[in-house]
Amino acid sequence: MQVINKEAHEAFDNNLHPGSWNISINARLGEEAVSGEVLADIAQDRDDVIVLTADLMFSNRMSDFAKVHPNKFFNFGISEQNMVAAAAGLATTGKKPYVASFASFLALLCCEQIRTSVAYPKLPVRILAHHAGMTMGFYGTSHHALEDLSILRSMADMTIICPSDRTQIRAALESTVDYDGPIYFRLGRGREPLVYEDGIPEFKVGKAIKVREGNDMTIITNGLTLAASVDAADQLKEEGISVQVLDMHTIKPFDEDAVKQAVKETGRIMTVEEHSVIGGIGSCVAEILADNGLTCKFGRHGVYDEYALIGPPKDLYKHYQLDAKGVANKVKEFFK
Amino acid sequence: MKTEIIEKDTLDFLYDRAKFIRLETVRLVDIAKSGHYTSVFSCAEVFSALYYRILNIDPNNPDWTDRDRFVLSKGHAAIGLYPVLAELGYFPKEWLDSYTRVGSPLGDHPDMRKVPGIDFSSGSLGHGLSVSVGMALGGRIDDRDFKVYCMLGDGELNEGQIWEAAMSAGNFKLSNLIAIVDRNQMSLDGFTEDIMPVNPIDEKFKAFGWNTYEVDGHDIKSLLETFQHVEEHKNEKPTVIIAHTLKGKGVKGMELNNDWHLGYLSEADRKRVEEEILHASNK
Repeated sequence: MQVINKEAHEAFDNNLHPGSWNISINARLGEEAVSGEVLADIAQDRDDVIVLTADLMFSNRMSDFAKVHPNKFFNFGISEQNMVAAAAGLATTGKKPYVASFASFLALLCCEQIRTSVAYPKLPVRILAHHAGMTMGFYGTSHHALEDLSILRSMADMTIICPSDRTQIRAALESTVDYDGPIYFRLGRGREPLVYEDGIPEFKVGKAIKVREGNDMTIITNGLTLAASVDAADQLKEEGISVQVLDMHTIKPFDEDAVKQAVKETGRIMTVEEHSVIGGIGSCVAEILADNGLTCKFGRHGVYDEYALIGPPKDLYKHYQLDAKGVANKVKEFFK
Repeated sequence: MKTEIIEKDTLDFLYDRAKFIRLETVRLVDIAKSGHYTSVFSCAEVFSALYYRILNIDPNNPDWTDRDRFVLSKGHAAIGLYPVLAELGYFPKEWLDSYTRVGSPLGDHPDMRKVPGIDFSSGSLGHGLSVSVGMALGGRIDDRDFKVYCMLGDGELNEGQIWEAAMSAGNFKLSNLIAIVDRNQMSLDGFTEDIMPVNPIDEKFKAFGWNTYEVDGHDIKSLLETFQHVEEHKNEKPTVIIAHTLKGKGVKGMELNNDWHLGYLSEADRKRVEEEILHASNK
């Protein structure tokens, strides 16, 4: 029954009018989804890098890897739990398996496989959890991941890195191939604005990067909300509020010293995250403040213990005040 | 449902509703500017047969205890189900115009907390058959004679949980459970038999103690006859109906074209696709 009418496909696709798109056209828009390309480069020099995905090779651009290294690529179909456990098995044979799927399916559907088969044996499985937060917009709660940091953070021996743009994805992947134990990479949908236009001189796991200097307060953020926070800081500067922005790209291990320094320098901290305010970056900072008996004005901004609405991502960011304007508003409220 | 002769008028009506489902899908994708065309086009006839003929439901009473349940485990086909539910009166048709807009109850995947007529939320593949097992058990414990229909994607059969559910349904002898596999041959990355083969589907279910049927999923007469046959030959087993379909059925340029798993048609392209759907002959 598998009869493909190639002529009909070509006639249809070749006659498409401006504005129409399908998956192959859309994939070209996700140009920040560079993990597949970066891993393909890394795998040129080494045989142990293996990529696995679960029927999403075009959504996550692992097809870029598969094209170059077909023998190091395995498509597990729609079986994420099987894939994650198989990655654990691969890791025991000396490989560095990278598993890629939607963050919601990896962190939530495969939670137990990750904890028991990956983290507990401390295997070097790299989890590429893309489309995290609410980047899946109107695909709804099943496809949103606003709980992943909270879940993953509580697993011992887990490293968690949240790169913000294509430069940082490259830096993070390149510098961690031989990193000890499992790593959870929290990624966007491949349309993230470029924050690090001039590259990152020294990317180091667990070492925050000061992206903007400021005296009045510090925003601690990362990944999906870094660009919005930077834009907000730039806007606020013009309005006379001097905001420092820390890119806390590593959630675990968390850069405690950077938090202590921020307290000392600005006396005010607000965390911004595309995640539940429970268990994410806000909680991390709160724990550090409490543990160290530090006092400062402190606020957590993110999604407040609710399931995000359905809607296009841009509208959701506006609604939840996670775009530049929203973050700037939250800062002004913070000063009231 | 009683055994009855299937009238031509009935078939014409149901084919017309399948067209309506495809056309509404095209319209709603236009609102969202993104959507699953082909995953709905493959199961439009099954939706039509179920909702306009087979299911024992009362749209005025969506929570009616004795209603038949329908679990759309392949939740990404919800865009084709919403127009049916609206037409049947589960919610105002105006809701459709808000499809996927911020705050709308209608998202790409169906949400039981927001949409009357949706018996269970779905979107993460592999859950629906287990949920249906639970519903069927509940019905039997309370001695109610409703049936649970569960629509699975064929790619979804890759999920291990499906086979745990299949094993349990056979073990619990859930004669009130009817799974329908939309065997449209493709998942997102390509043909299922290339990505992660699922054949033979019937033998797998048989091994777990199920009745199995194979039917042309675009032939409404055969679909209705199959549902009748299931009803008349009820035994102690759950039933799976493997509906052989074409992903993208009804639009030649989209049929078995996995580029169109997701997409968007601008106005000129929408018009030509609508024409093609409107003028397609039945079966």
